[in-house]
This record gives sequence, C-alpha cells and structure tokens, in this order.
Amino acid sequence: MKSSRRDFIKANAIATAAAAAGMSAPVSASNLVATDNKLKWAKAPCRFCGTGCSMNVATRDNRVVATHGDIKSPVNKGLACVKGYFLSKVMYGEDRLQQPLLRMTDGKYDKHGEFTPISWDAAFDIMEEKFKATLKEKGPRGVGMFGSGQWTVWEGYAAAKLFKAGFLSNNIDPNARHCMASAVVGFMRTFGIDEPMGCYDDFEHADAFVLWGSNMAEMHPILWTRLTDRRLSNPHVKVCVMSTYEHRSFELADIPVIFNPQSDLAILNYIANYIIQNDGVNTDFVDKHVNFRRGNTDIGYGLRPENPLEQEAANSDKAGGSQPMSFEEFAKFVSDYDAKKTTEISGVPEKQLIEMAKLYADPKTKVMSLWTMGVNQHTRGVWVNNMIYNLHLLTGKISTPGNSPFSLTGQPSACGTAREVGTFSHRLPADMVVNNPEHRKIAEQKWKLPADVIPGWVGSHAVQQNRDLKDGKINAYWVQVNNNVQAAPNLNEETLPGYRNPDNFIVVSDAYPTVTAQAADLILPTAMWVEKEGAYGNAERRTQFWHQMVDAPGEARSDLWQIVEFSKRFTTDEVWPADILNANPEFKGKTLFDVLYANGQVDKYPLSDIAEGNRNQESEELGFYLQKGLFEEYASFGRGKAHDLADFDTYHEERGLRWPVVEGKETRWRYKEGSDPYARAGTDFDFYGKPDGKAVIFALPFEPAPEMPDEEYDLWLSTGRVLEHWHSGSMTQRVPELHKAFPNAVVYMHPSDARKRKLRRGDEVRVISRRGEIKTRVETRGRNKPPVGLVFVPWFDASQLINKVTLDATDPLSKQTDFKKCAIKIERA
Amino acid sequence: MKNVIAVLSFLLLTSLTNYGALAEERLITEGGQTTATLRNGPIDEEASPPKMSKVENNDIKRKRAYPMQPPTIPHKIDGYQVDLKVNTCMSCHSRKRTAESQAPMVSVTHYMDREGNFLADVSPRRYFCEQCHVTQAATKPLIGNDFIDIDQLINNDSPKSH
Repeated sequence: MKSSRRDFIKANAIATAAAAAGMSAPVSASNLVATDNKLKWAKAPCRFCGTGCSMNVATRDNRVVATHGDIKSPVNKGLACVKGYFLSKVMYGEDRLQQPLLRMTDGKYDKHGEFTPISWDAAFDIMEEKFKATLKEKGPRGVGMFGSGQWTVWEGYAAAKLFKAGFLSNNIDPNARHCMASAVVGFMRTFGIDEPMGCYDDFEHADAFVLWGSNMAEMHPILWTRLTDRRLSNPHVKVCVMSTYEHRSFELADIPVIFNPQSDLAILNYIANYIIQNDGVNTDFVDKHVNFRRGNTDIGYGLRPENPLEQEAANSDKAGGSQPMSFEEFAKFVSDYDAKKTTEISGVPEKQLIEMAKLYADPKTKVMSLWTMGVNQHTRGVWVNNMIYNLHLLTGKISTPGNSPFSLTGQPSACGTAREVGTFSHRLPADMVVNNPEHRKIAEQKWKLPADVIPGWVGSHAVQQNRDLKDGKINAYWVQVNNNVQAAPNLNEETLPGYRNPDNFIVVSDAYPTVTAQAADLILPTAMWVEKEGAYGNAERRTQFWHQMVDAPGEARSDLWQIVEFSKRFTTDEVWPADILNANPEFKGKTLFDVLYANGQVDKYPLSDIAEGNRNQESEELGFYLQKGLFEEYASFGRGKAHDLADFDTYHEERGLRWPVVEGKETRWRYKEGSDPYARAGTDFDFYGKPDGKAVIFALPFEPAPEMPDEEYDLWLSTGRVLEHWHSGSMTQRVPELHKAFPNAVVYMHPSDARKRKLRRGDEVRVISRRGEIKTRVETRGRNKPPVGLVFVPWFDASQLINKVTLDATDPLSKQTDFKKCAIKIERA
Repeated sequence: MKNVIAVLSFLLLTSLTNYGALAEERLITEGGQTTATLRNGPIDEEASPPKMSKVENNDIKRKRAYPMQPPTIPHKIDGYQVDLKVNTCMSCHSRKRTAESQAPMVSVTHYMDREGNFLADVSPRRYFCEQCHVTQAATKPLIGNDFIDIDQLINNDSPKSH
C-alpha cells in the first residue's frame, strides 16, 4: 500500500467532515496537544553490553514508555545503539513469566511432568526439599549455581554469600566465565590485579587503534562511535582491524588484517620481536617496571581428563606455572617469529605485519589495543591477553592518555558483579580467592561469621558444572539471569544430559520461557532491569546505579528477592558442620537469612534512606534498605585496598564513577603516579598488584588449536553476536523492530565455498560437527565476509542451537570456552 | 483495546503455531514436551529454518514507538557502501541532498559533537548509520509485545499495568 501526501490530506478532510456531521473523529485528527503530557524521567545504565551507556528512561502509570541516550553521561553523551533505543520494549514481550512453574504429574513434582503454575511458597518448598536432600547426601559439593555478569552488584553479592558462606559451597560461577575469564586471568598474571588500567577517555587521545579479535562496530557500538569520531576528525589516526573474517569494523580499517584462526599468538610474538629488533623498546621503563617470565607450554585444552589431547599434554596439571628469565632470553625466544615464519602460520603478508608492528614500535604513536571475545574465547586466551600486554610493556605505552591495552567487557556487569564481587568459583570480593586462608579469614571477619566456615576448595566452573550435572555429582542446581542451554558448548553431549539427568533438580529464574527454562524442572518468574533497584559496573571501572521505576508483572520477583527469601528456609544446624557450631554456639538454630543478611550490617539502613518517590519491592517487604546494606558491606572489602567505591547514595546522584574512588575523586589511569592515588611517590609507574611493583612480560609460544579442519570436517566455524540482538535473543527477539532487523540466524560463507558445495544464497543446509548439527540457510552477502575455509553463525536464534555444534574445549588457565574455533562440514539439507 | 490486541495476537500466534495465548500454555505441547516460545519445538530436534525474508522496500515511513526512536529504514540498503571512502546513505539524506532526493534530512541532533556544539556537517560520531537505523524484514514478529504507546496511555482512563 503506497499512500501519497495528497491521499493523507484527503483522508483527513473526510474525518473532519465526519466530525462536523456529529460523528466522532479519531483522536489523532484533533491534533490537540494532550493537556497532561508529563513523563517521569530517570537514569539507568543500559541492560545490554559492557560499554555501560547511561540511558534516560521515561515512565508513566507504572509503564516504561520511552528510552534514549543520556546526554549527561560521559560514556555515551546522548547516544544509544539500536538495542538501547528499544530498551522500552524488552520487558513487554507478551509471554513474560508471571508465576512459578513446576513440572508436575497428578499434582506432584515429576521430572517428566508438564509445567504447572504454583505459588512461591510451593516453589520454595520443593526447592528446599531438593537442596536439603542433596546437602544431606552429598554435602556442599552436590549443590551449585550458575549466575551472570548481568546480575546486579547486590544480586551477585547476595548469591555468592548464600553459596560460599551459607551452603559452604564454592560451586557458584557466572556466565562471565564464557566471556571474560581469560581477561581476568590475563590481568592477574601480568598485573596481579584485575580490570583495565586505562579508561574510555583513551579513545579521544590515541593515535592508533588495534582491534585484536573484536567487532566493536556491532558489539560495542557506542564505543565505536567514539573511535570513529577520533579517526574521522583526525586524519593522522590509524585503525588496524584484525579478525579471522571480515566484519563491519573493517569499514573503518586503514590496516585490514585477516589471519588464520589461532595465529594471533604468532603475530604477537612477531611484533614483540620487531619492537626489539627495531629499537622500539623503552629501556628505561622496562628496567624499572617489568619482570620477564617463561610460561609453561603444552598445557592441554580443558577437555575431560580422559580425552587423548589432555593425556598427551605435558603440563595440563600445571598450566599456570612459569620461571623467571632475562630480557635477553626473552628477545631470543621471540626472535623465532620472523616475518617468514609468521606469514606462514598466519597467512598475513609481511607488508601488513610491518605496518602493524610499526604502530607499536614508533615511540611517538599512542596506541590503544582493544579486544573482546576473539581473544578471550580462545584455548590460549590468557596467553593472548598476556602477549598484548607484552607489547605495551616493552614500549612503555600504558596507563597514560591514549596508551592503553584495553580489554572490552561483554556484559553490563561482568566487571561490576562477576569480577569485583567475586562470583567465580575461585573468588571472593576485591580480587581475593577462596584457596588463600588469609583471604577467607578476611571475608569471615567482614561477614561476622565463625572462623574456618568458608570452604577452601575451588568450586566447579561453568563447563565443569555441566559435566558434574551429567555425571550426577551436582544434583541441585539454580540458574539465574542467563540462558546457558543456548550458550554452553557441546549441548547434546554435556549440557542437556546434565539438565535432564533424573538425579538432578534444576531451577531456572528468568523473565521469559527460554530454552534453559524449557530444560528446567522449576521456573521462577523474574523481575528485570528497572523493575528493581540495581547497580552495574562497566568495562572502564564505572559503577552505575538505578532505582526501581515500575513494578514487575504478576508475581515476578527480582533475583535478589529470590535469593534472600530462599535463605530463610535453612538453619545453620542443617547446613553447617557440628564442630563449627559447637565452637560458636551463638550461631546455633539461626536461619541463613539471620546470619547472612540480618547480621546487623546488611539490615542496618532504614527504608527512609530510599530516595523519595521510588519504589523498592524487596526492601518494603523486608523492612530495611536491603540494597544499601548489601552494597555498603560489600564495599568495605575494597576500601583502602585499591578497589575503593564511593558511598551508596552518591551513585544514585552520579552518572557513575570509576574506581578506585578516593576522597570523592574517581581514577582514570591506574598505576601512574599522579593520576592513581595508590601509585607510590617517586615510582612514576607503580604496578602495585605485584609485590615488587613490577608487571610481567611472558614468553609464550604459538600452539595449535585442539580441533582443526581436516578432509571430512573441512571448515572452521566461528560463532558470535549481531548488533541487533543481545546474546541469546531472549529480550531483543521479543522486540518486533529488532526481530525484523535480523529475524533468523544464517551461516555466512564465502561465495566460492558455497559454489564448491553447489549451494546458493538462501539454500537450506546442515552445519555439522562431530558433536551435533543445526539447520540454517546460506548467506553469501551482507555484513560478514568470511575467507574461504571459514564460516560464521550467530547464536541469538533459539530455533538454531549452534551450541550443539561448538566444542567444549577451554583455556586451561581461565576455563573459558573457545566458541570461535572448531571443525565442521556443511551439507545441503 | 487490550482485548482486541489479545485476540489479534492470539490469531497471529495460532496461525504460526498450534499453541494458545497464555504464556504458561505455550510452554506445553500436545505430547507433554515443553517448549520455549522462541523455539517452538523440543531442544533435541532441529527444525527447518524459515525461508530468508525480503527486506520491506516500499519507502513508506513507519510510526515511531516514541519521539526519540531512530526511524527504521523503509527501503533496501543492499550494497550500500559506508566506509572510510564514502557514505551512500548521505547521498540522499544529507542536508545538501534532500531537496533533490526528497528523502528526510538526518536529524539535527546528528550535527552535534559530544559536547552538544553544532558542527557544519554531520558529526563523525554519527557516521555509521546502521548502528541505530535498521531495515525491516517482511516477516511477522515471533511473539507479541505488550508495549503501550504513550498516547494510548494518556487516553486510557484506568491504565493497566501489564
């Protein structure tokens, strides 16, 4: 139907005539400005990626009616990407879960029954029964939880407390394991302290940007606007984009580099060698601030121990080991990676290798290196992180404006919640770890708990949890804020058998009926985003708060409410060892709610502290300001320990602050004397995460991927996201405009790879690996242009579960899955 | 109005699937297998993917969900070059070209830099149009959305939440 302006005027004239004749005209024809057209606006960080844009959210009559980028936010200055603009609609998919649902037959729980609405009381009853039975039979190792970098700060904190200090189980891990774990271990190995030293201000100062496995144009769109602004406003600026296939970020590339999967390891050593050979080393910086170490090699691939690849690996049990070495030894080590060898491994022409290397080697060029999943989702992801830092440390290009190795974050609070709070199976708040007795002691004191109550064993990480479920080692399991049945690798052989194992009881908290909910036994309906008060921490260490703006639908409740309510169902006598209770009789008979949340700290702030005009469902029900109590208790871990957070109320006023916040001032560049209050006087640079104040350059080699194309499985598969959809699409696919922008997953392939298989664009094909297959359609055009021999499939589409195809190999150090590389074949369906 | 929406979405859904309109119902298929609404089938079977849909290409402007929503693109953009050398979108939508093209001019906000100062031309931070503006495939939503337009909310005497 095509309508011209003339038709429109004619239609309006008819409506006006109708009104004159006493018939009612449509409201729109009256053109009156509504008399009461006020909206209530408030700020909230975006619900999606790790950029952490601040959004303005309009509400009226308990509904979100509009969203746009916050002009006052230093992150995005009024911009939002297409997903951010449509945030208004993510809560209103018509299939929002509004009641707990339990699989039942004839009124009783049955693993094979049909989902039946039940009350919250009944939901907690069956959860309590299953968790208690498991704790009794298997002890703390039999229960587990899988959370998220999309938990709010206090949700992650409350969950970690419930598991580590309540159930005395470290089997809690976030989906940030799939996302940022390699970055974390990279930081800890090189600097001894997590998260980037620089910040987004670096975008306005750098002379060169190098993307090591990141499609920022789609995955961090608003940071890409800052990078684009810098490049187009300053013609001297160079952009180098590296990837295993061409994507949208290549549109801005001065140096577009396509490399063979896994060969980034060789390229990094080539550049280090080039810097040394061409007088690019900042000798003064290296002498004062750097140690050299040789890392253990042949470390395996994080597969099950019986896998031949693990059996053959020399150092799979000591993957993190390293020995000191000298600069000269390091120089000799990287000298193996000359242009000839590196081109052979990577497929990158020497001319391009030199162009890239010069950006780092030239002392006058300020370089910002950027990376996300291409580096982190890598069986040598920690190594690649370490090796990018090598380049910045050799040249001293670090911690000053524009000189910035910058690990971009995937999720909105992978930093703020998963990492800083310490929801990983090995971590405690403020970078502390469970297997350090001193750290456990600090946590026990902060939490006002008996000594030796926190377990010292490292719990199961994401991939291990699925193996444990399949093997029947974990029997009671709770999933919050993630869609792991759509995400976790090797769905057919590991995840699904684990969820459907008759010995296991699986609880999934979600706003929508995802495939993970489908695989569960009990579904808990969950409040999302501005239906609750929250806090996120973004990639540049910026902590941002928001208020509850609307009520959640039906009986949906926040993850925080669920965790705290569930804690009331357990007493210490039921879950703590008798010797601890005998030594600390004052804890006998108390509920976990009493000891974890009503401990005189978390419950000490009155409801009157809630800023006027804001709802707070959880606190109103409990009678104290729960979020404030949790945050202040949590913040006490980091204050004075280089992780200082401001006080709770400040964050509700500010557009976020970058920690450490010392004496009311945020920190933009860490480790640099003068800009970081923790860098000691006279040091110039102080890498205080390490005892001697020195960062570490690691000598690490190229090692091949665990599974590579062969005669039968003849293509590489890479998976990832698209701009219009967030992760598994459970929010964005329910927004009509976003769905219609990218309705279904496709397999992007090179036209000659299609021709070779007698396939054309739009043909239905099977994408098959040794583990499973999906059906999809061939795309030979559009935004992604893979080279011959590689295909790309996005994972947002629940109707095409590409995680049936992916391999559950992980980095042995970080335990993060490599979703970017496995071998597949493609056949006509 | 709410009833009309419910009936419409019911019709839409029943035409796509065999499930009813209640979320809880849609979790359950006839065989007792449960199913997620965006998958509409068991987890261990892979269905045939729908045909690739064409992009709507009728040049008819669509209503925005709220004033600050970036307008969706009502035409094909296949092969449009937007890179370091050229921006094909601006050959119709820039201020200097709209008289000739009769295409809508990019919003005035696009001429502002990070600090809110107006520039002589479109700001480089707004250069990549597709970060906010997207085409729309000629396909139906997989699932209805109960977002309520502000005008409707103002006109409702007793607004409903959800």
